[in-house]
Amino acid sequence: MITFSDVSKRYKGGQEALKQINCHLDVGDMYFLTGHSGAGKSTFLRLVALIERADRGQIVINGQNLGRISNHNIPYFRRQIGMVFQNHHLLSDRTVFDNVALPLVIAGFRHQEIRRRVHAALDKVKLLHKEKARPHTLSSGQQQRVAIARAVVNKPPILLADEPTGNLDPALSLEIMQVFMEFKALGTTVLIVSHDIQLLRQFPCSHLILREGELVDDTF
Amino acid sequence: MTPSNRRRAPRAPVKKKVAPSPKLSGGSTSTAASGVSAWLSHHLHVFFFSLGQISRNPLATLMTASVIGIALALPTGLYLLLENARAVSQGWDGVMQISLYLKPEISDQQAYLLAQRLQQHPDIKQLRVISRSQALQEYKQLSGFSEALNMLVDNPLPAVLVVRPRLATPQQGQMLLQQLSQLKEVDVAQFDQRWLKRLFAIVDIIRRGVLILAVLLALAVLLIIGNTIRLSIQSRREEIEVNKLFGATDRFIRRPFLYSGWWYGFLGSLFAWGLISYALYLLEDPTRQLSSLYFSQYQLITLDFKATLVLLLTGPFLGLLGAGLAVGRHLQSIQP
Repeated sequence: MITFSDVSKRYKGGQEALKQINCHLDVGDMYFLTGHSGAGKSTFLRLVALIERADRGQIVINGQNLGRISNHNIPYFRRQIGMVFQNHHLLSDRTVFDNVALPLVIAGFRHQEIRRRVHAALDKVKLLHKEKARPHTLSSGQQQRVAIARAVVNKPPILLADEPTGNLDPALSLEIMQVFMEFKALGTTVLIVSHDIQLLRQFPCSHLILREGELVDDTF
Repeated sequence: MTPSNRRRAPRAPVKKKVAPSPKLSGGSTSTAASGVSAWLSHHLHVFFFSLGQISRNPLATLMTASVIGIALALPTGLYLLLENARAVSQGWDGVMQISLYLKPEISDQQAYLLAQRLQQHPDIKQLRVISRSQALQEYKQLSGFSEALNMLVDNPLPAVLVVRPRLATPQQGQMLLQQLSQLKEVDVAQFDQRWLKRLFAIVDIIRRGVLILAVLLALAVLLIIGNTIRLSIQSRREEIEVNKLFGATDRFIRRPFLYSGWWYGFLGSLFAWGLISYALYLLEDPTRQLSSLYFSQYQLITLDFKATLVLLLTGPFLGLLGAGLAVGRHLQSIQP
C-alpha cells in the first residue's frame, strides 16, 4: 500500500530529516511509527500525505507514484487518506455531524449519502447520540473519537494518525487504539505515529523506528 | 501476505463490477456520488452558509455594508442629480432661439418669402418675422430716440427672422445655426442664449467628474471588501488547513469567501438603494413646491428599473471581484 524507496528529505537550511528510507507497508495492516522527537516521524507523515515532497527517492501509495502527482491533483490524492491529529483539529463553529461530514462534502456526496455515512461512522466510534453537539462540549477522548470518525467517514484505504493519544490518559488511549484496531480489521491500512512505547507494546503490530532520520528497525 | 491482504486483493476487479456503488469507495473523484443536483445543492448550501457566517458578526457586517452602501450611493445620487438637471434644461428648448439678421438690401417682401420657405424646414418649430418697419417701430419705442429716427430718410434696420428650433441639444442647434447662416439672404445668424450652451458644457464636465468619482469609489469598495475577506481568511486559517488536509480543491476553499464577498456587496447595494430612496423621499415635497412656483408639472426623476438593477448588480459584482483578489493573494500562503 505504501512503499518508500531510497527516500530522502532535507528542509531548506536545516538538517536532513529523512535519510534513504526504504520500507513497505502492506494493505490492511497496522503500523506504528516511533522515535524521539526530531527523528523524522512528522516528515514521514507529511511525505505520505503529500504535504511535502521528497528530495530523492520514490514513494508509491496505492499504486500511485507521488512524484508524478501534480499540485493540481493533490486534493484528489488526499481523499484516499484519512488523517487524525494530536490536537484533533475539529472546527469549533460546527456540530459534530458537520465536522464528520466535512470529507464527504469536499468530495461532493449527496445529502442523503452524507447523512447515512456520517451516522455509520459516528456509530462506529459510539458517538451517534452526540451528533448535534459542538466539539468543545465533549471530553478530549470523545473529541478524538469524532476526529477518527471524520478520518474514516470517506472510507479511505489509508488512515494516518499523528500522536492520536498524545493528550489522553492511558485508559482513553487504549480505547482509541482499539478503535484503530477495528478499522484495521475492516481492511484499512493504519499508520500510527507515537512515542508512547508502553501503549504500543500492547498491540501486536509492526513497528517502524526512526532515529535521526534513519529507519533502524522495521519489525518489533 | 497477511490474511487481510488476500481479502483486499480482489478489491479492484470487484469494484469494477459494482462500480456504481459508492460503498466501495477508496478512489478519488469517481467515488463522489456527485451530480448536478449535488453540485447545485452544495452551492446553495455554501451561499446561505456564508450569509450565516457574516451575520454571526452583525455589527461588523453592518458597518462594512454601510460603508459600501455610502460609497455606492454617492455616485448614484450624483447621477440622479445630473439626470434631473438634464430633464430641466430640456424643458428650456423653447427658450433657445436663433436670430437671423438679414442683409440690409433684403426687402420685407423677400423676408416673408424666406420665412415661408424656412417654415418647411424639419428642424424649425416656429418662426417669426420682424419686418424692417416693425423693427424700426420697436426700436423707436424702446430706445426713446423716436424724434431723431423720424429724421431718417431710409430705414437702417434689417429684417430679422426669429427661429425656434425643434431640437434641443447644443450640437443640433449648432448645426442648424451653421445651415441658416449660409443662406444668401442672411447677414448674421446667432444664438440668443449662449448661456444655455455654457450650462450644457458645465453639465458635461460634471458628468465626467461623476464618472471619475464612481471609478474611484468602486476601487474603494474593492479594497474594503478585499480587506474584510482577508481578515476572514486569517481568522479561519485552521478551517482552511483542515479542508486542504481532507482533499479540498482550491475552488472548494475559495467558494465561501467569494460568496461572502457577494453578500457584502449585495447588502451594500441594498443599503445604497435605501439611502437614495430615502433622500428622494425627502426631496419630493420641496421639489413639488418649487415647480409649482414655476407653474410646472416637473416630476423628480427617481431610480428607474434599469438604474436600480445596475445598482443592485454593481455591489455584488464588486464584492465577488474584491473577494476574488483577496482570496487569490492570501489563500496560497496557507498550507497545512
